[in-house]
Amino acid sequence: MNTPLIQYTLHLADNALILGQRNAAWCGHGPVLEQDIAITNISLDLIGQARNFYQYAAALKNDGSTEDSLAYLRTEREFMNCLLPEMPNGDWGQTILRQFFFSAYQHQLYTRLQSSPDAQLAAIAAKALKEVTYHLRWSSEWVIRLGDGTDESHARMEKAVDALWAYTGELFMPAVYEKIPQAVDPSVLAAAWNEKVSSVFNEATLQLPAQTYMHSGGKTGTHTEEMGFLLTELQYVQRTFPGCEW
Amino acid sequence: MQSTRTDTQRIYELLESVDDPEIPVLSIMDMGIIRDVGIDNGKVTVKITPTYTGCPAMDMIGMQIKAALGEAGYEADVLTILAPAWSTDWMSETGKQKLRAYGIAPPMPKQSVCNDRLFAAEEAIQCPRCDSWHTHRISEFGSTACKSLYQCDDCKEPFDYFKCH
Repeated sequence: MNTPLIQYTLHLADNALILGQRNAAWCGHGPVLEQDIAITNISLDLIGQARNFYQYAAALKNDGSTEDSLAYLRTEREFMNCLLPEMPNGDWGQTILRQFFFSAYQHQLYTRLQSSPDAQLAAIAAKALKEVTYHLRWSSEWVIRLGDGTDESHARMEKAVDALWAYTGELFMPAVYEKIPQAVDPSVLAAAWNEKVSSVFNEATLQLPAQTYMHSGGKTGTHTEEMGFLLTELQYVQRTFPGCEW
Repeated sequence: MQSTRTDTQRIYELLESVDDPEIPVLSIMDMGIIRDVGIDNGKVTVKITPTYTGCPAMDMIGMQIKAALGEAGYEADVLTILAPAWSTDWMSETGKQKLRAYGIAPPMPKQSVCNDRLFAAEEAIQCPRCDSWHTHRISEFGSTACKSLYQCDDCKEPFDYFKCH
């Protein structure tokens, strides 16, 4: 049985792993070499965060689980990541916007998680915050370049906003395991996140969408149809050759 | 075996011989990632801290430490600790000089880039080849997590900058 602290740790790990996996798919396909390197560096940072959280979750579970078994051998319903990270890459604009939305959220989250009464969660957050600061700056600048760029890039960013906006609300809807004292209540992050997004959108000449229905479910394991395909690729080697190692 | 001051000194000397696998000109002591060495009943524990969360060199560094100490007859455990988070301020002065000689601009002493301001003014980074301050950033992200990519406007040489962190 997973305690709320284990569930929360897995939720943090899953968010980072799934977005890391999405970004990794750009390796060798980025629009220019430097940005290919940038998005895969961000992927590496996210997978590093995921490893730290999985290692901690495995230690808490103390049932023979390892960081690898948690990443490679859980089923779709057991993953507790938000829906936003599992959204498909789309074009470069959609990948950039997804990163920006998520980095702005992680920046707020880790800033507070640094003061968690759980020393290990606090340490992982303090370490990762330095890297997330880079991710946020880089993705903010790209949202502005593309939004306030050419007619084509602006139109693509508008399309990306339409595709992703309805998946941002879930970030701030607390799951049961986010109500423990070691966790950060995500609802308190919404105001600062909105402020950041508004200021970047303003510079990017992009409109904030009107209030809309917000999808949810990822945090408790009910994912979009994208998730099964993502896990199939992510877990393929371990499922095909159980227990294989480098 | 009783732990002695000499053992600890000897272990630090051995750690000086372990190089960073991605920047082989630096030892792990130069990098400032060794946080503590403890000896208890002949068993050595080395505490290391990662530079970046996802740094793929950490596993390799752990193995190299065990091997280097093992050859000298010390059985060692390597523990990774995350807090306090590593900073480029912990890199030794010798390490910074070695980086420069190797063609990588060393980290600036005080952070002015690592903030979330957009299109912020970049630090002046000195070209490690020709010493010109007339350089510009090509990319915030480079060949490894710890570096960004610059180019010298005078000698035209592209170079890595070990970014402040």
